Amino acid sequence: MSAPATQRSTAQVSVNSAVHEIEGPPHTNALDFLRGVGLTAAKEGCAEGECGACAIMVARPDADGTTRWTSVNSCLLPAAALDGQEVITAEGLVDGESVHPVQEEMAVRGGSQCGYCTPGFICSMAAEYYRPERADDASAASAAADEDHHCGPNGFDIHSLSGNLCRCTGYRPIRDAAYALGQPEPGDSIAARTQKSAPTSASTDIHRTDTATGEAGRYRRPSTLAEALDILAAEPEVLVVAGATDWGVEVNIKGARAKSMLAIDRLAELRGITRTDEYIELGAAHTLSELERELAGSIPLLGKLIPQFASRLIRNAATIGGNLGTGSPIGDTPPALLALDAQLVLTSATGSRVVELAEYFTGYRQTVRGAGELISAIRIPLPLAPMTSFQKIAKRRFDDISSVAIGYAVTVADGIVTKARIGLGGVAATPLRARATEALLEGAPWTLDTVHGAAETLAAEGTPMDDHRASAKYRTAMLRSSLERFYAEQEAGR
Amino acid sequence: MSHLSQRPTDPIVGESHHHESAFGHVTGAALYTDDLVGRLAGVLHAYPVQSTQAHAKLNKVDIDGAYAVPGVVRVITAADIPGVNDQGVKHDEPMLPVDEVMFYGQPVAWVLGNDLEAAKAGAAAVVVDYDTLPSLVSVREAIEAGSFHGIQPVIDKGDATGAFADAAHVFEGEFEFAGQEHFYLETQASLAQVDESGQIFVQCSTQHPTETQDIVSHVLGVPAHEVTVQCLRMGGGFGGKEMQPHGYAALAALGAKLTGRPVRLRLNRTLDITMTGKRHGFHSSWKIGFTEEGKILALDATLTADGGWSLDLSEPVLTRAMCHIDNAYWVPNIRVAGRIAKCNKTSQTAFRGFGGPQGMLVMEDILGRVAPKLGLSARELRRRNFYQAGQDTPYYQPVRHPERLEATWDQIVSTAEVEAREAEIEQFNARNDHVKRAIALTPVKFGISFNLTAFNQGGALVLVYKDGSVLVTHGGTEMGQGLHMKMLQVAATTLGVPLSTVRLAPTRTDKVPNTSATAASSGTDLNGGAVKDACEQIRDRLTQVAAGIVGAPAHEVSVSRGIVSALSSKKTVTWEELINAAYFQRIQLSASGFYRTEGLHWDLSIMTGEPFKYFAYGAAASEVEVNRFDGSYTLRRVDIVHDVGDSLSPLIDLGQIEGGFVQGAGWLTLEDLRWDESDKPSRGRLATQAASTYKIPSFSEAPEIFNVAVLDKAHEEGAVYGSKAVGEPPLMLAFSVREALRDAVAAFGAESEPGGVGPSVELASPATPEAVFWAIESVRSPATSGAAATGAAAASGDAARENPEGISVPS
Repeated sequence: MSAPATQRSTAQVSVNSAVHEIEGPPHTNALDFLRGVGLTAAKEGCAEGECGACAIMVARPDADGTTRWTSVNSCLLPAAALDGQEVITAEGLVDGESVHPVQEEMAVRGGSQCGYCTPGFICSMAAEYYRPERADDASAASAAADEDHHCGPNGFDIHSLSGNLCRCTGYRPIRDAAYALGQPEPGDSIAARTQKSAPTSASTDIHRTDTATGEAGRYRRPSTLAEALDILAAEPEVLVVAGATDWGVEVNIKGARAKSMLAIDRLAELRGITRTDEYIELGAAHTLSELERELAGSIPLLGKLIPQFASRLIRNAATIGGNLGTGSPIGDTPPALLALDAQLVLTSATGSRVVELAEYFTGYRQTVRGAGELISAIRIPLPLAPMTSFQKIAKRRFDDISSVAIGYAVTVADGIVTKARIGLGGVAATPLRARATEALLEGAPWTLDTVHGAAETLAAEGTPMDDHRASAKYRTAMLRSSLERFYAEQEAGR
Repeated sequence: MSHLSQRPTDPIVGESHHHESAFGHVTGAALYTDDLVGRLAGVLHAYPVQSTQAHAKLNKVDIDGAYAVPGVVRVITAADIPGVNDQGVKHDEPMLPVDEVMFYGQPVAWVLGNDLEAAKAGAAAVVVDYDTLPSLVSVREAIEAGSFHGIQPVIDKGDATGAFADAAHVFEGEFEFAGQEHFYLETQASLAQVDESGQIFVQCSTQHPTETQDIVSHVLGVPAHEVTVQCLRMGGGFGGKEMQPHGYAALAALGAKLTGRPVRLRLNRTLDITMTGKRHGFHSSWKIGFTEEGKILALDATLTADGGWSLDLSEPVLTRAMCHIDNAYWVPNIRVAGRIAKCNKTSQTAFRGFGGPQGMLVMEDILGRVAPKLGLSARELRRRNFYQAGQDTPYYQPVRHPERLEATWDQIVSTAEVEAREAEIEQFNARNDHVKRAIALTPVKFGISFNLTAFNQGGALVLVYKDGSVLVTHGGTEMGQGLHMKMLQVAATTLGVPLSTVRLAPTRTDKVPNTSATAASSGTDLNGGAVKDACEQIRDRLTQVAAGIVGAPAHEVSVSRGIVSALSSKKTVTWEELINAAYFQRIQLSASGFYRTEGLHWDLSIMTGEPFKYFAYGAAASEVEVNRFDGSYTLRRVDIVHDVGDSLSPLIDLGQIEGGFVQGAGWLTLEDLRWDESDKPSRGRLATQAASTYKIPSFSEAPEIFNVAVLDKAHEEGAVYGSKAVGEPPLMLAFSVREALRDAVAAFGAESEPGGVGPSVELASPATPEAVFWAIESVRSPATSGAAATGAAAASGDAARENPEGISVPS
């Protein structure tokens, strides 16, 4: 690692209760930082947040003012983002001579073979072990869980491990280890930590020069939105990062480097859920996991989408605003949010404006967001359509990037479709609404004939491409069959 | 029972134990090669300059730009290699290219930097001048161009040509299927140092330390005794670290020699996936004849392995594929021709099963496709063709214990309640238009031993210290398969001590020389035999000492779990007391052990002999549910009965069976290697070169219900303590998933009738959701697809005449 020429170095992180100075150039990720200080349990398997071998636990604030141990991919997280934070790695779960219950169960049940992915699994499992709702889920576990939300008899949500890959075991012993866990013992210090408030978000401003490249770098985490907007107004080229789950991939895989980064994911002004008669407003800096918990199914389409969004490890870091901010055509939230007629609140130093999400995307990774603007909130208009669905077409059921994603929000009154909104992803350079199909449906009777009649129109809505995920022909076929699938789901659900 | 296979009373083999390093794994204390970097000072980091051409003349590699990058210490090109510029054993694989690049991503030069950032920046500053040459980037292109390398063996038994004349049904077809990326979680890693005497010490994630040592030695032009290779453990190998680590280890060693500083070479995921070899994809063409009763009469097949740019292990992989095309079925007349396509891709290599899965897949695909045309269920067709006692393989090896095929099969049918579930599935499918289910069974017969007889040897070193503690080193490497725990159990059993008395030392070439790769599922058989031999030498010496102490004849002495006793004596002593006494009697307390598998012979030139010590058997039943809207599917339940002999370590064997199965299912369903076959400048580039685009099974692909049993009364005379190899065979149980998908697709067939056998379904491999979707489309609207549904006709026994595969029926 380069010896950084430091102008100012105040960044510190507590790892396994020991304080470390955060060193290295600004693009240094948390994984390389930890390994650099000799904590080699977390490992690099893919460097893009797909395998979870690098998972660690970070103490994050919970909605009620307590702390939630949150598992994240350390390979995507800038080390500087840990300033003032508390981290636990697999090494830190060992208490003197005794291993953690998660470690014990994994070891004795054959949950490790080569062992390389294991410390990451341990951290994901430990975070789920301490999940405060788990005890309640355990008592409810006898009730049949739906197929995308498997809970063990101890309330352990197996999808908490969907971002951890194992190439050796076939997963069965890991599942058994997870389901064998009890609840934390009364004297458990890691559990006790959750009862206190999380570390406050340090205001960070780090300058570093990379000795290899000679390039200066800066990482700032302002403590107020006003400060962030001022920085953005003065330096429009600053790189805005929230969860860094997209940016981290750019850094690790494509070698992207930013001269200056602006972290906004913990700004209080960008967090919070507001409900009015007209809309529900979601702060843009909410992670997907936070939204899943705090919405608790109150926006059913998002409730269907979120479990299919990447993995728990990613959802614990990725924000809803960030998924829109990248402007990616294959993000999973836009098809659902388009179906919900969502609006974005764009805020700059001079004020805020509201734009329709349907008008937001202008080209491949291009949007109407101005240089000095941030996405501050997402508004979901009320009332919500009663019939919704999120269809994600991918090779793998979880933790995969969509070939095609389709969101539906449809209202039917007296057998007639009164409103139809269909959001599409993966079939064009931007997410888009299937406007021709919507128009065809609205006013038509909600019948299989209507659905069949609209199939070709929907199939023609996109301009899909051939790539390694899917052929253009398959993507078109997915559009063609989509409405009938939606219809069949709705009929089956009656 | 043989001496080798017989267990003493109260043995430690047979007990369930967790992995030897399990607590190291879960706490992060277990170290892997790249975890050691921070423990050394002054380490240099290596990064490659990769070819951006699939095939090109290499005019110039201009390295000056790299040296202008701060922190760059050294650039290494072919000109820097003092010894032999070759990273393989066939001398067709330059470690660094001299005048020609052979695949997109091939390393052209390496840059060593004070940190990785500097090395990367230096690599980006190297300018390579190419002249593009014509390239072949698929097995089809290579076949069309007649581009092959290596041997072209033929199996020829009986009268394949003549037998078709007697067949009631003859079918022909082609089948091309994809390879597989190993995706070991730990990518290739080496760390090389030079000590004060010039000795090279390479820590390497390698399945074959001896060959790593050989290649470091010839690249550096130094004798083997100047090179020591150590492998602490691997974060997965699966065959991908049998040959592939050598070049990187040699580069690191060369860098250390040139600079005097330790050199770390770790491939990141993208480098690893674009530079290292994979499971071979194959093209096959075949013609098969059946009797009226559905018994296989003759098979004529040509297998073409997609070998990539150099031979690597393609020849033995091809040989094993050809030796496994029969799988569990007797084929009295058979001709199989094999060849290796040479093309501009990574050089394909060993991968769990080593060609066996590819050969067997051809047969299982044939049976799945033709069963409806024979008017039989695939389950019945398979069982009807199992080997029977007295029959021999296409290479004339008698099949020992063929009754285990029926035993595993019938046990599955019974314990998995296959018939009742088939009836339930039929009802489910009748009720549901959009989703269909199916259950399928497939068998496995897999030959154990290296095809090449010489490799079937193992070595060990056992040291007993004065305090009674025991240190074992053996030639095998630990990659997660649990070999070290089995070796501890073998040593503890043979010596008669508790497990805690024995400790394993890391695998090193200066402890046990001239080892074979830990491969071919043979790690336990070979190294276990050697550990047992070393322990027996020590035990036999100690017996005399013990006899004197307890006052009984030597043949009565027993040492078990640390207690020395004899039938006719009331006196017992502890192991530690025995060792102490032995030391003072000047008894040698260490031994090197050796084992070679007896009774093997193989003639490659005529593909005949007895290359395998025994066969491992198994059977699996998989149930899937398929959604017609997108072709997606779930694996609802899997039941396996597998033959592991008398298990040495049941928990570890269970892990191998389950893990192998899921890895096989990944190969056949999800894992989708895509190469750029266009004429763009990116031609030959691997498009799926990251975890985000190459998907391996995750929790959601693991079976929802997973029942695994080992076959009872399965003692194997020919292996250590009656056990059988278990590393590879279970991978092939995953054919049941593919065949269940085929049957579920058939259930969507327009002409499928309740109780009927459904249409013949052609299914691509991997059977991704997209592939399954198109297969469903073809059976739902047969008029618009090439594959006509012939189910109804087949049911009437009249399938043969209008078949798209060109069936000919003898008049």
